[in-house]
Parts: sequence; C-alpha cells; structure tokens
Amino acid sequence: MSKFTEDDLKKELETKEYEYGFYTAIESDKFPVGLNEDVVIAISKKKNEPAWMTEWRLDAFRIWKEMTEPEWANVHYVKPSFQEISYYSAPKQKKKLDSLDEVDPELLKTFEKLGISIGEQKRLSNVAVDIVMDSVSVATTFKKTLNERGIIFCPISEAIQNHPELVKKYMGSIVPKTDNFYAALNSAVFSDGSFCYIPKGVTCPMELSTYFRINEGGTGQFERTLLIADEGSYVSYLEGCTAPARDENQLHAAVVELIALDDAEIKYSTVQNWFPGDKDGKGGVYNFVTKRGLCEKNAKISWTQVETGSAITWKYPSCILKGDNSVGEFYSIAVTNNFQQADTGTKMIHLGNNTKSTIISKGISAGHSHNSYRGLVQISPRANNARNFSQCDSLLMGDKCGAHTFPYIEVKNKSAQIEHEATTSKIGEDQLFYCNQRGINTEKAIALIVNGFGKDVLNKLPMEFAVEAQKLLEISLEGSVG
Amino acid sequence: MLKINNLHANINGKEILKGINLEIKAGEVHAIMGPNGSGKSTLASVIAGKEDFEVTEGSVVLNGEDLADFAPEVRAHKGVFLSFQYPIEIPGVTVTNFIKTAINETRKAKGMEELPAKEMLQLIREKADLLEIDRKFLSRSLNEGFSGGEKKRNEIFQMAMLEPQLAILDETDSGLDIDALKVVANGVNKLKSEKNAVLLITHYQRLLDYIVPDFVHVLYNGKIVKSGGKELAYELEEKGYDWLK
Ligand SMILES: Nc1ncnc2c1ncn2[C@@H]1O[C@H](COP(=O)(O)OP(=O)(O)O)[C@@H](O)[C@H]1O
Ligand SMILES: [Mg+2]
Repeated sequence: MSKFTEDDLKKELETKEYEYGFYTAIESDKFPVGLNEDVVIAISKKKNEPAWMTEWRLDAFRIWKEMTEPEWANVHYVKPSFQEISYYSAPKQKKKLDSLDEVDPELLKTFEKLGISIGEQKRLSNVAVDIVMDSVSVATTFKKTLNERGIIFCPISEAIQNHPELVKKYMGSIVPKTDNFYAALNSAVFSDGSFCYIPKGVTCPMELSTYFRINEGGTGQFERTLLIADEGSYVSYLEGCTAPARDENQLHAAVVELIALDDAEIKYSTVQNWFPGDKDGKGGVYNFVTKRGLCEKNAKISWTQVETGSAITWKYPSCILKGDNSVGEFYSIAVTNNFQQADTGTKMIHLGNNTKSTIISKGISAGHSHNSYRGLVQISPRANNARNFSQCDSLLMGDKCGAHTFPYIEVKNKSAQIEHEATTSKIGEDQLFYCNQRGINTEKAIALIVNGFGKDVLNKLPMEFAVEAQKLLEISLEGSVG
Repeated sequence: MLKINNLHANINGKEILKGINLEIKAGEVHAIMGPNGSGKSTLASVIAGKEDFEVTEGSVVLNGEDLADFAPEVRAHKGVFLSFQYPIEIPGVTVTNFIKTAINETRKAKGMEELPAKEMLQLIREKADLLEIDRKFLSRSLNEGFSGGEKKRNEIFQMAMLEPQLAILDETDSGLDIDALKVVANGVNKLKSEKNAVLLITHYQRLLDYIVPDFVHVLYNGKIVKSGGKELAYELEEKGYDWLK
C-alpha cells in the first residue's frame, strides 16, 4: 500500500538518481592543473589567437588575481581550489568537420542518450546546432542557410580569427573583465563558446541552439557567448546542457553578453541541467554564471531559463535598459532538490525613458535544498515613466527545504511604477488525493502540479524546448515510485 | 457491485464511521442523506481510498475484490469515481490537460495506448456539450476561481469523460441553481446504465426529483439508521432528521 505522506515524498525525491549520469570515453587533450600567466598564454596559443586576444586574457588574469570570491550569495560550499583545476580540455579531433556524418560516433551516442539526436533536431525542429563538447566546438550545422542572410553563428574561437572587429568592439563591453571574480576568471581562460551576429533588419529564420556539456572530470568549463543583434533584427537563441555524473566538483563559470541595438529583439532561452550532486549532496557542478544584455532604443531582451541542475547555481541574467522604450524580461523556473543550492534572479537596470521590465520567477524546492530569488530593479534618475512588474512564487515540497526571496528595489525617479508580488505554497495532500482519485498516481500528479506552477515560464520557451524542459522538471522531481 | 460490510473508520483516533452496511447492485441509484457531520463525506473518502482515514473494522468490496490494499489511483482505475464536495484547485493545469492526463493514466494502467489527440478532442467536445460547458471554460486552470456551480459541473464533466462503474456524487447539488441542477442531472441520467451504479450524497431531496433513486438511506452519527425507497426522501424533507434519533 502506498500511503503517501510528506516522508514518502522526501524519500521518493532522495532516491532520484541523476538520469543523465554517464560518461563518454572520448580521448581528450588536457592541460596540467593550475593557473598562471603561462597557462593563460598557452590557452591562447593553443587556439592560435592574435596577440590582442592574448593581451586581453592576460589583463583579465591580472585583474582576477587581485579579486576575491564573492560571499554575499545565500549559498554555502567548499570553495574550489583554482590551482587544482585544468584549464583546457579539447576532444582529440583531428580536423574540422563539415557534416554530422564525420562526427565521432561516441559523441553522437552521447547525444542520443540525452534524447537529442542532432539528425532529428535538424529534421524536426529546424534548429541550427553548434555543439560545444568540452571546450572545442566539434560540429556546426546549418551554416549555409545562415550565411545566405549574413548571419554569423560560429564558435567564438572562430570569430576571433574571422571577425576580430566585432569581437574587439563588443567582447567585455557588457560584462567587463573587472565585473566580478568569475567573469574575470572566464575572461582570462575562456575555452570556447558561441558567437552570433544578426545583421541589420534580418530576422533569423530558425532557432539557434547550442548544447553544452562538461565531459572531462576535473576540467573547468569557461564558455563565452557573445550575441549581437544589429538594428531591427530578431533572433531566438537556445542554450541547453546536461552533464555526466562525476564524483568531484566541477567548476563552470560562463559569461554571456547580449547586445540588442536599436529596434532589435533577442530571446535567450536556457535549459540548464548540470549534474546536481548525488542524494547526499556529493559532487555536482558549481555554476557561476554572468549573463547580461544591453538594450538600445526600442530594443527588447527576454531571458527565459529552466534551471534544474548544478550543486550550486549563482546566476543573474540581467538587462541594461539603456535606450528609450526598451524592454527587459526575465522568466525563470529554478528547481532544487536534495542538497542543491540556487541563488538566482535578475537585475533590471532602467536608464532610458519609458523602459519596461517584467520578472516572473518560479522557485521549486525539495529535499534539503535551498532556493533563493535575488532581484534588483533599479530606476535611474533620468528614466522617466519606467515600469516594472515582478512576481516571485515559491513551491515547497517537504519541510526540510527553504525558499528565500531577496527583492531589491532602488527607485530614483518619482514617475516609476513598480509592482511586486510574491507567494509561497506547498503541494497539498488534498491536491494529490484529488489527482489520485482521477487515476493519476502521485509521481505523475507532482509532475502535473509542478508543470502547472511553472506554466507562465514554460509558455515562453520555444515549443521543442518546452517539451524537453517539462521532461527535465519531471526527472528532477519525481522519484521511482511504482 | 459494491458491498460495504460493517465498516468502521477513524480519523486522528476519532471514530467517524461506526459500522456501515450497504450493498449497491449494477444499474441502481442509491441516495445517502443525513445531517451535517454525520459522516457522508467520510464514507465517500473511505470508498475512494483517502489515507487520512483508518479503517479499523469491516471492508469495502468492489466486484468481489476487497479494496483495502489498493491505492486511490488503483481504485479509480477499477472504476470508482468521486465527485468531490469541495473540488481542489490546481493552478496552471487546464481542465483539458487534467482530464487528458486522467484518461491516459487510466488507459495506461489498463495496458491500453494513449487516446489519440483527435479522439480525445472529440470526446471532450461531446461531453462538454452534454453538460453545456463553454469551450473557453476548458482552457481555464482547474477549479481556480470557479464558482461553486462551475466546480460541480466540471466534476460531472470529468465523470462523463471517465465513465466510471461506480460514481459517488458528494453534494453535487449544492451550489447549483435550478437550471444548472437540471443540466447536471440530465448528464448523470444519460450516463446511467445497467452496468454502472450511482451513489448520491445530499441533504436535500431537490436533486432526487431529477435523479430518481431506487433506495434512500439515512446516515446518522456514522451509522445507517434507516433505509427505504424514494418516498423516504420526502418524509425526511417534511420531518427533518430528529425523529430518527
Ligand atoms: N480531517 C478531519 N479531522 C478531524 N475530524 C474530521 C475530519 N474530517 C471530518 N471530520 C469529522 O468527521 C465527522 C463527519 O464529517 P463528514 O464526513 O464531512 O460529514 P458530512 O459529509 O456528513 O457532513 C465530522 O464530525 C467532522 O468534524
Ligand atoms: Mg460532506
């Protein structure tokens, strides 16, 4: 008899093992551990970078050396030892690949295990995929279609070679090297990532997508993404990742910079599923991410994220609403289970007139986890008629977990209109019984209730991503209850 | 079909059902009446398998099978349906999505394939029309902000979709105006057959004018103190419950 109590729920959640916990045996070309100027130079050399890039990295390294890790977030962990990490790892691939047929079959198998067959992706969802496997991009598809429209979508290492003027102009312009500890580190050692440029007036004809994975034990991952939407252009960008189960903390410190010039629109969606650690809180990815976008006049940036993974998540996708009438949006679902800790939210910096921002944050906590929303809404003195709406909802499962909300509001212009709503709820036994009575078992009922709770955010995801996100929510919250 | 034998049930150590005996055959409609707090909803919950209640004695047997060992969802798969006195809100889950999940989970339990989307849609339309439910209503969040009447109508809609063998309607008439009552009663009557049975819980005979019971039982203080035909309902209406004490 499966009497359902909160205890059962807890047990059920605890026994949930990481489903994507496998490890692909691909030989990789890896640096010895440790970080100093020589390593930075070696990374740059390995990638055949021009001198200006090497200098840029070294400058970042010197800044980073003087900085200390931030401690204000509501997360507690053993700090990574930065001298025990290897800062470069590339799968041993001999040459650049032109088509998927040439991709290492091991690699393709990995994607199959994830349920992401690239062929399927190409066929079904019209998605251009730039795969970042560990640190080097190993396959890029759909390049031609994009080329015809003048869209550049390539590994950032390639952009440094082929489009130095764009990289020089924009890299570090939104997230400067000095921004924070992790951003400085990333600037010094970033391995690879994606670069995207949409020319004036062009609507990108397909969703651009990158799948990130951490694959080599002990290798820090430092992706760098730079996305520029020129005047009047539109792009929807998808970023998703899963990681194999490893019994060792893995550091991930990415930087994402978005630039939306006048009248441009960027939709940036993330499904994040890094290894969260086991049920005792052992292992798991440390995810310290700096994501920020700049909106010029009438521009719009939407961040949508579904965060189910990582042992520690530290992430605040933000918008600088510089241009008049610009719009920033943040839609987030963050799930924490077992001993996961998430401190995530957004910053909406209103500088222009009639700027508008919307924040919808849905936190779901289970097990012994802690889930914090941290948001800043800042209205500068010269931003007339700025508006913000924030809604932060928390859903708790069991009584060992925590939900915390830290909304900061700084208004320096009287014409601003700010609205903030917050709720906290629990999955009730009555809700579960109601579902059970209709033939829906508890596991499925939880999935249904959680998906209902996150609906406002899931609705913002592109269709094919929404399905995957729902699956992830179920995986991260359900047990193996029979 | 349903046989309840000397059923005793507790909640938090307090005995609520104190020896209930009831037999319902296929094709029959039974009504249970009784004052507030007499244990009507408790009886419905115990049949449906709500685990807050502890069965201390007796049994509930459906088609020869003792239900004691079955979880609520398994009982549902076996054809037990409860129209709740107080239906629960599930924010963000639409009426359509909920019933679709319920149907497909039930089919899965029976080893059947999911109902193809097209057939599902057709079935939903047909049953929504039967209960005069507006299409727009189907995309609202389940029970969220529903009026009392809308909640009850939605319960019967779900019943119509699931076609249960045993339908227990707990105070489905309360909160319904006379027109809605007629629609709901008409829906229930249309679903009645020789193969299924209905257990109506109410404390007004009003509903019984539209869904005519074969038997009426009076539940008082956890026991069935009187049983009779439909005329018993009129008697209760006239005299109240005090004479049965
Ligand atoms: N969860 C509960 N905890 C304690 N007592 C309860 C609970 N549910 C019902 N009861 C008690 O059980 C008795 C019967 O309630 P109920 O079955 O709802 O009656 P009815 O439906 O006939 O009005 C009442 O005295 C009520 O207070
Ligand atoms: Mg009742």
